[in-house]
Amino acid sequence: MKSKALMLLAFGAVAMFVAGPAWAGDKKMMKPVNYKVVDGYKIPQSLTGKPGDAERGRKLAINRKKGNCLACHILPIPEQPFHGKIGPNLNQVAERYSEGEIRLRVVDPKVLNPDTIMPSFYKYDGFHRILKKFEGKSILSAQEVEDIVAYMLTLK
Amino acid sequence: MQRFATKLTASFAAAAIVTIAMGADADVGDKYGAYKVEDRRSGFTYATKETQRIQVDDFENPAMIWVDDGEALWNKAEGEASKSCASCHNDAAESMKGVATVFPKYDPKLGRMKNVEKQINICRTERMKAKPWKLESNEMLAMTVYVRHQSRGMPMNVKVDGEVAPFFEAGKKFYYQRRGQLDLACGHCHVDNPGGQMRANILSQGQSNGFPTYRLKWQRVGSIHRRFRGCNKQVRAIPYKAGSEEYTNLELYVAWRGRGLPVETPAVRN
Ligand code: HEC
Ligand code: HEC
Ligand code: HEC
Repeated sequence: MKSKALMLLAFGAVAMFVAGPAWAGDKKMMKPVNYKVVDGYKIPQSLTGKPGDAERGRKLAINRKKGNCLACHILPIPEQPFHGKIGPNLNQVAERYSEGEIRLRVVDPKVLNPDTIMPSFYKYDGFHRILKKFEGKSILSAQEVEDIVAYMLTLK
Repeated sequence: MQRFATKLTASFAAAAIVTIAMGADADVGDKYGAYKVEDRRSGFTYATKETQRIQVDDFENPAMIWVDDGEALWNKAEGEASKSCASCHNDAAESMKGVATVFPKYDPKLGRMKNVEKQINICRTERMKAKPWKLESNEMLAMTVYVRHQSRGMPMNVKVDGEVAPFFEAGKKFYYQRRGQLDLACGHCHVDNPGGQMRANILSQGQSNGFPTYRLKWQRVGSIHRRFRGCNKQVRAIPYKAGSEEYTNLELYVAWRGRGLPVETPAVRN
């Protein structure tokens, strides 16, 4: 958490724009999607320009092979028996954060906290010993990130 | 069986006294008994009451059959030398006592660390002129369980300095290296979040004092390297081979993390 404050300071001071090219996490390699981290704490612009589907986002949050947000977070998903308690309860997350802040937390939470246990869901390279079948891929595709962001925005 | 139970109670009582003498939290120390030493807690303390009960009752612990199988193999002559383990080591209760607490150990001939499995195969090939056992075979697991079981209740105490230091450092580096698509190091789960709930699992400190462990999920006994492979694969990382130098160094580091914890072999876990 101390590093979070530090990072914010560093990014804020130079008002840096970090451009992170990334591949959509689909079977075939797709065009890299560029995104901009603004002021070191948010990604205001959609990765795809296409609105996210909150219903799909909810399913992705449950799916163990996809978001699996339930591994670490409590969510208003009563039909699922097990909700993790590693990260904060997300039941009202949209009241705390803007769309851009949520998007950065899904895309690459390490920008805010380099030591975090939460995976960067839209990171496609720089991994150590990644299994072959996941090489060059992100955990979520750009549109799946948007679906999850749309779902998060309903949580208030 | 009675013999094991008595031995266990006696050594746990001794370890409990040590814990209190060292100024550990008396309340918590009482709650977890010898399964906690300073801030180090065995996976036993995170297990359900039911799982704990199965482990400590030798008649219910499904891994006790593996101890019996190991004992039979101990006395069986094999290889061109027509020798059994007992031909040289006699009574395992004497000769193997304490072995599990000090392995992995440095082997000057190999120039690297060896774990108990490796030592067993060294004895088989070099002393008995017999074929090495495959890792994770029933025979290797039974013998490893049998050998480590002779130290049940004794505190883990691996050497990590001197010629061992570079291997220890390599194991430590492995432990804190992020890996796989989920980009997680062992420490993210087992140092930062023990006690935390990850979906249906309660994370423990990832200690090795109970291995080879009977996993209810596996419905059999499995080695510590098998567990490492599982923990690597679940973060979508390429695992190493069981018996590899990388995992042996990691095993050393993990054993050091659990220093002072009692050997529980064979433990029972989810
Ligand atoms: C392995 C555990 C883990 C997983 C899986 C995980 N998170 Fe997180 N998340 C955390 C932790 C821990 C934090 C606290 C901040 C930090 O450590 O960076 C967090 C913080 C957050 C926050 C900020 C909450 C706040 O109140 O500050 C959001 C939003 C979030 N996560 C969304 C998600 C979503 C969406 C998913 C699934 C796509 C997800 N997380 C998956 C562990 C996880
Ligand atoms: C011909 C004699 C001989 C036989 C048979 C033999 N060993 Fe050994 N064993 C030794 C000697 C000598 C050592 C110590 C030197 C070494 O490491 O080679 C040893 C060391 C060991 C150690 C390490 C003890 C310690 O304190 O470091 C273990 C464990 C072991 N043997 C297990 C076995 C098992 C299990 C078998 C049967 C599968 C077996 N041995 C068969 C001679 C033998
Ligand atoms: C994503 C989280 C996660 C990571 C990362 C992880 N593990 Fe685990 N590990 C688990 C879970 C869940 C279990 C089963 C419950 C428990 O004991 O924590 C487990 C169990 C274990 C156990 C068995 C503990 C016992 O008492 O039987 C060991 C040993 C272990 N892990 C070692 C490691 C090592 C070494 C690494 C790094 C290579 C690692 N783990 C990485 C989640 C993780």
